[in-house]
Amino acid sequence: MPVPDTSFFQSHYIPNTPSQQQEMLDAIGVNSIDDLFSDIPAKHRHPTLDIPHPMSEIDLKFQLMALGLKNSNLEQNACFLGAGAYNHFSPSIVKPILTRGEFLTSYTPYQAEASQGTLQVAYEFQSLISNLMDMDVANDGMYDGATSFAEAALMACRVTKRDEIYVLDTINPVYREVIETYALPQKLKIYTLPAKNPILPATAACLLVQYPNFHGNIEDLALYKRQTEDAGALLVVSADPIAMGMLKPPGEFGADIVTGEGQGLGVPISYGGPYVGLFCTRKKFVRQMPGRIVGRTNDSEGKTGYVLTLQTREQHIRRERATSNICTSQALLALAATITMAAVGKTGFRQLSELNYHKAHYAASLIEKLPGFSLPLEGEFFNEFVVKCPTNPSTINKRLLANEIIGGLDISSSMPDCMLIAVTEMNTEPQITALVTTLAEFGS
Amino acid sequence: MNNIHAFQRKLLMERSVPGRIGSILPDLDVPKQNLPRPELLRDNLDFPELSEPEIVRYFTNLSRLNFSIDTNFYPLGSCTMKYNPKINDEIAFSPGYAGLHPNQPIDEVQGALTILYRLQGYLREITGMSGVSLAPLAGAQGELAGVLMMRRYLMDNGQEQRLKMLIPDSAHGTNPASAKMAGFNVVSVPTDDSGNTNLEALRAEATNDLAGIMITLPSTLGLFDKNIVEICNIIHQAGGLVYADGANMNALLGQVKIGDLGFDVMHLNLHKTFSTPHGGGGPGAGPVAVKSILEPYLPAPIIGLNQEPNEKHYYLESPNKSIGKLAAFHGNFGVLVRAYVYIRSLGDYGLKQISENAVLNANYIKEKLKGYYNLPFDRNCMHEVVFSATKHKDKGVNGLSISKRLLDYGFHAPTMYFPLTVDEALLIEPTETESKETLDLFIETMKSIDQEAQSQPDLVHDAPHNTPIRRLDEAKAAREPDLRWSRPEEP
Ligand SMILES: Cc1ncc(COP(=O)(O)O)c(C=O)c1O
Repeated sequence: MPVPDTSFFQSHYIPNTPSQQQEMLDAIGVNSIDDLFSDIPAKHRHPTLDIPHPMSEIDLKFQLMALGLKNSNLEQNACFLGAGAYNHFSPSIVKPILTRGEFLTSYTPYQAEASQGTLQVAYEFQSLISNLMDMDVANDGMYDGATSFAEAALMACRVTKRDEIYVLDTINPVYREVIETYALPQKLKIYTLPAKNPILPATAACLLVQYPNFHGNIEDLALYKRQTEDAGALLVVSADPIAMGMLKPPGEFGADIVTGEGQGLGVPISYGGPYVGLFCTRKKFVRQMPGRIVGRTNDSEGKTGYVLTLQTREQHIRRERATSNICTSQALLALAATITMAAVGKTGFRQLSELNYHKAHYAASLIEKLPGFSLPLEGEFFNEFVVKCPTNPSTINKRLLANEIIGGLDISSSMPDCMLIAVTEMNTEPQITALVTTLAEFGS
Repeated sequence: MNNIHAFQRKLLMERSVPGRIGSILPDLDVPKQNLPRPELLRDNLDFPELSEPEIVRYFTNLSRLNFSIDTNFYPLGSCTMKYNPKINDEIAFSPGYAGLHPNQPIDEVQGALTILYRLQGYLREITGMSGVSLAPLAGAQGELAGVLMMRRYLMDNGQEQRLKMLIPDSAHGTNPASAKMAGFNVVSVPTDDSGNTNLEALRAEATNDLAGIMITLPSTLGLFDKNIVEICNIIHQAGGLVYADGANMNALLGQVKIGDLGFDVMHLNLHKTFSTPHGGGGPGAGPVAVKSILEPYLPAPIIGLNQEPNEKHYYLESPNKSIGKLAAFHGNFGVLVRAYVYIRSLGDYGLKQISENAVLNANYIKEKLKGYYNLPFDRNCMHEVVFSATKHKDKGVNGLSISKRLLDYGFHAPTMYFPLTVDEALLIEPTETESKETLDLFIETMKSIDQEAQSQPDLVHDAPHNTPIRRLDEAKAAREPDLRWSRPEEP
């Protein structure tokens, strides 16, 4: 097949010109670039490539910005949608720091002397996340909240040398699916327990609890700690970092592994990713922890510096005996979370958490009074709650969107006519009033 | 003398001053509600108290301690540290994409789904496969998805005894780790003297417990295995499946389709080949591509398209035998958007020129340095070349010292001590986005380090000298782990 001639095109990302390429070919001693590919079977060389032709920056931006406008975004609409990702405050300083090329375009910090910035940020992240969860140690982040939870279950099985994972029926059903994807191929067994009164057998490796749970309720961690202790199992908690501004952290209840979704800490919501998974444990289990860990040490002149450590847990050293296959993770989003935690700060974090709480409870109290609506679940909640509606939640959500409101998650497949509503510090009183007013149109 | 460097590196908690704040939050604009029971509330949170200007300066100064693509050449083998176009970030951060909630009904996010649908199609075309899932969040997760699909396929065909996964000894560590997580037993296959897979050893392992093989193409030695079609045949005839680790696709874009060679399943690293920024260790994205026999097993979600008479409608679906969900949502969307923008801006012509220039640049370095450094495989390389830094070992200069000395000269180190099969390996990958001028300077630098190793071995041995810190005590870090700031004990 003739090779199509595309040499008239020069990409702005490729510096070498045809005459420089020729000089290099001469230096190598071959006639053409094609000769360099001679190890590829000739039969399969030069396939057709049905991809559109190159586009100019102007055209591309025009087209993609127009396509973006087809989406209903959270800048134009009030958002009451949560269930694992939330519209939270991201300080203005996050993006300019995140997009500094020195952070954005650096590699994983294997060369410590050339990566002290990234490494020190990781140490800061580990410090603040351990403080937030009140745990001994944190790693430098996992893919997301769901995979952190799944990896925690695997780790609990390694630590206890048991193979039974117990999961409360109140965890996010998608997290449950991810746990199955990770655990079942390794011949681990997964059992569901009712959150109300779980009875944990003495053969259990761990109990997995979400805090607050999928429906927004604050689970009784003290009870679950007693049960895991009696069973000789580990208590694994997936905690919402924003709730930890006011709620007693899992570490105080004696949790053994704490995970979480770090998106709420100033990470753009970005249709589900990239986010960052949080992962903490106790000191005695650190060698069973997955993911990267950064430690403080000193250089040959006694200066303090930071370095990847305990790497014998990881795939590049231990291969099939590693604690996980994870390699590239979500370091940039851990940086976003670190900047946010620093900027919101000690007093701000409590305030932020309480804004969520009061606004959510205010909204719930108004909705509860609407004819035809009710709050079917009892118990304390943080910033998310289930509402039973007089009609199909998807119908309600369409009306809400017409009023520039993104409604709650339709959970009618598990709880008939129910919607899961999240309220954060980003929701103003007028937004809450608009939500309630629109909902009222559906009342009896 | 003041110590500005120590000041700049003080940790957030060490800088904290009670009473400072870093952002003003809104007042509560609704009536205060009853707080939960006091036993549910936390007493104290040890977080920093800092003002905004000091936070910005702190992080900015930290960033300046890093090497990065925007500031340095990174000849980092198997990592494809190419330039990361800025337009990709601009689009991905725009509100039409960064401001979407993953649980929004699909009618509200048709623009986002359009991009994902098209990206699936482009990746199918580039790989020559019939199905793609964009769900995996990094290369290793793509591998896990791929081998899980192999496992399920074999089980569905009554072949659950097939648990042996072959992996060449030069493979990246994630390959065996992923195979293990999918329940396979890993068996290593040796590389022969010319850098190809040892066919005899391979044939000997082609038994009825064989699940398949995971091959990196080009290999992490920077070589295109000449027997690749034969390898696929041997594995298929023995009843196994063939996995391609496509992390090194930068060498092959538009030159050959992996699917045409006989592979059944592969992953791509968008944070390598498709220019999305590495972020100091992520985020990435590791889409998996498969032949039709494995399509029903792809991880959810897949983006589907309904061609209605006058409208296109995109939707999310789970294939009927899917290995399930790999993460909470729909993949690392922001990364996928960047890769989409990249493919569109380069287009068909540009994609081919990537691989051409990547391979040309690597061969140029190989040719220019082979008289100075030991070249274990003297044949055309692909996008990267491996040297063996054994020449000056008697003077105490090894691959590590040479790598560290490069940092002194403002170049990032090559990948070192990988692949594990090459003694003192230095794996060099220039990528297509480096100019001949940069390559020439790098080549000259490598030559002078070789000189230094002869005339002043201590200078190289003790490198680096010019970095913000010198070589760190890693043994101490592992022996006495200090993994977080702790409040000093009250005296
Ligand atoms: C050859 C090869 N395979 C797989 C991986 C794993 O990819 P990731 O780090 O995205 O998980 C890498 C890179 O780290 C690699 O170089």
